[in-house]
Amino acid sequence: MARELLEGNKAMAEAAIRAGVQAYFGYPITPQTELLEWMSMRMPELGRAFLQAESEVAAINMVYGAACTGERVMSSSSSPGVSLMMEGLSYIAGTELPVVLIDVVRGGPGLGNIAPSQGDYNQIVHGGGHGDYHPIVLAPSSVQEAIDLTVLSFDLAEKYRSIVIVLADGNIGQMMEPAELPPMRPPERQLPDWAVRGAEGRERRILSSIYLKPEEEEVTNLRLLERWQKIQENEVRYREYYLDDAEYVVLGFGTAGRVAFSAVRAARAEGLRVGLFRPISLSPLPYARMAELSKTAKVFLVVEMNTGQMLDDVLRAASGRIPVEFYGRLGGVVPFPDEILAEIQRIANDSLTVDGDPRQSWMKRMKEIINN
Amino acid sequence: MTDAPAQVVYSRPKSLTDTPMHYCPGCTHGVAHRLIAEVLDEMDLREKTIGVAPVGCSVFAYNYFDTDFVEAAHGRAPAMATGIKRVLPERIVFTYQGDGDLASIGMAEIMHAAARGENITVVFINNAIYGMTGGQMAPTTLPGQKTTSSPNGRDVEQSGFPIRMAEVLATMEGTGYSVRRSLHDPKNVRLAKKAIRMAFEVQRRGLGFAMVELLSTCPTNWGLTPQQSLKWIEDHMIPVFPLGDYKVSPAIAEIK
Repeated sequence: MARELLEGNKAMAEAAIRAGVQAYFGYPITPQTELLEWMSMRMPELGRAFLQAESEVAAINMVYGAACTGERVMSSSSSPGVSLMMEGLSYIAGTELPVVLIDVVRGGPGLGNIAPSQGDYNQIVHGGGHGDYHPIVLAPSSVQEAIDLTVLSFDLAEKYRSIVIVLADGNIGQMMEPAELPPMRPPERQLPDWAVRGAEGRERRILSSIYLKPEEEEVTNLRLLERWQKIQENEVRYREYYLDDAEYVVLGFGTAGRVAFSAVRAARAEGLRVGLFRPISLSPLPYARMAELSKTAKVFLVVEMNTGQMLDDVLRAASGRIPVEFYGRLGGVVPFPDEILAEIQRIANDSLTVDGDPRQSWMKRMKEIINN
Repeated sequence: MTDAPAQVVYSRPKSLTDTPMHYCPGCTHGVAHRLIAEVLDEMDLREKTIGVAPVGCSVFAYNYFDTDFVEAAHGRAPAMATGIKRVLPERIVFTYQGDGDLASIGMAEIMHAAARGENITVVFINNAIYGMTGGQMAPTTLPGQKTTSSPNGRDVEQSGFPIRMAEVLATMEGTGYSVRRSLHDPKNVRLAKKAIRMAFEVQRRGLGFAMVELLSTCPTNWGLTPQQSLKWIEDHMIPVFPLGDYKVSPAIAEIK
């Protein structure tokens, strides 16, 4: 396959199609809508199911039903729409069904705006629907990575009977850049032995998230936890850049990680021993590797497009061994590489301590940035 | 005494499991379950059918049908059924929903399933009350009816009016079949079964969305005996929810 100039939303849609998605249900919401539009054109011509639902609530419940048949199914949305899907996601988790969801995150809370944001980190990684469960969450920082992670999502979802969420942002969804799509997978595949498709010549099957006896729900919660621990062992993904001799480590995912990469290269050109750690799996987050890095680095700098949602997890991994500093832009504002470069220069020159909340000094610096 | 061999005149439908039902004495859920199972047997659909259970008293409906089954979130059964039917259009998919499920929290899902002409069968149990949570006001609770959340009787000034779903769904172009029947006496039970059969026939022939509303009892939460409950349907529910065919599309009217 040749590299083409592709828009993120359409590229993720086509990647899902080539990964063999058999049914798509969604609802229009900026900045994700092109994904749904692409599906509306492509799925019918391939004889696969596409439906624009009446709401995200309905869309995720259609996905829930379709997933019960054992076919590859998905939806996509953006932050406020994903909030509406939380009910269905919890039921899907409780029924242990493989489902792929793409969240093209926008500024919030509330209606917010349609600009790129990472404000859904907590909702997706730590929050979500009610009850005890963990989705797998993957964060791309380029159109190519968005394609690759979308394909991977279907495999991981099936392997672990789990929800897999691609946490993109408006930037990844709307950006065009050269990327290569995978070949179309052959549609034939073995259907899982739990699939509900009519009890033809076999015992009936029931798919449900209800365990009325607390003891049975307890066993179910434990089973989900065991699966999650396997996922934590096997599915940690990240990229490292210039970390071999790095004294200063910038940590960022998705678009923030990508912008930070430009800043890290500029800082390297100035002779600063700085590297970038970019988590790709946000759930499971690469805690062990971050902890290891905190034993050799002098300072961590976490860069996000939110008020420091991953920051709390990085603080946990660093366990007070080294100062962890923070730089964020909010509400749909994307940082420029120069801003992050200035932060790298600052942490290389200032004497920093491990005490306190890194947000406090950042908020003071933010006042100047916003006033300028 | 005659020498004629014994004949089976009554047996459990194959589509019904022999699990003892959890429903209260005098509740008509069991009757409705049995009618559906008889229809699935008669139409030879048991192995082709996927049921979608609701949230409410019939949350465990899947225990009683010997067919594949899934359990939906509250009100979302039509959306879940849509997902299944769109992937497996040759299968028979039905939802079984109560009044809180279908006419309150799931209003958007049922209306849009009908608007799309989703080729599913919906069995709607209307007993004018929330059963499972212990007798609160439902969207179909009658004006003046006392419930645990309308202790002085439903005040239409404050809580509005009951919703007539068979009539509402009949206005949707995608609806092929929308009727109301009652389970309060043997004659009406037989008519209910004919309607359920028709609602599955509509799906088998791909003629659009089909819904049968069944007026049902809730002796426990109505505070009546089973016998009084049947009478209460006749005296109080039918005047508000008249029985009848609210939509039978021409193609369906030809089915005999």
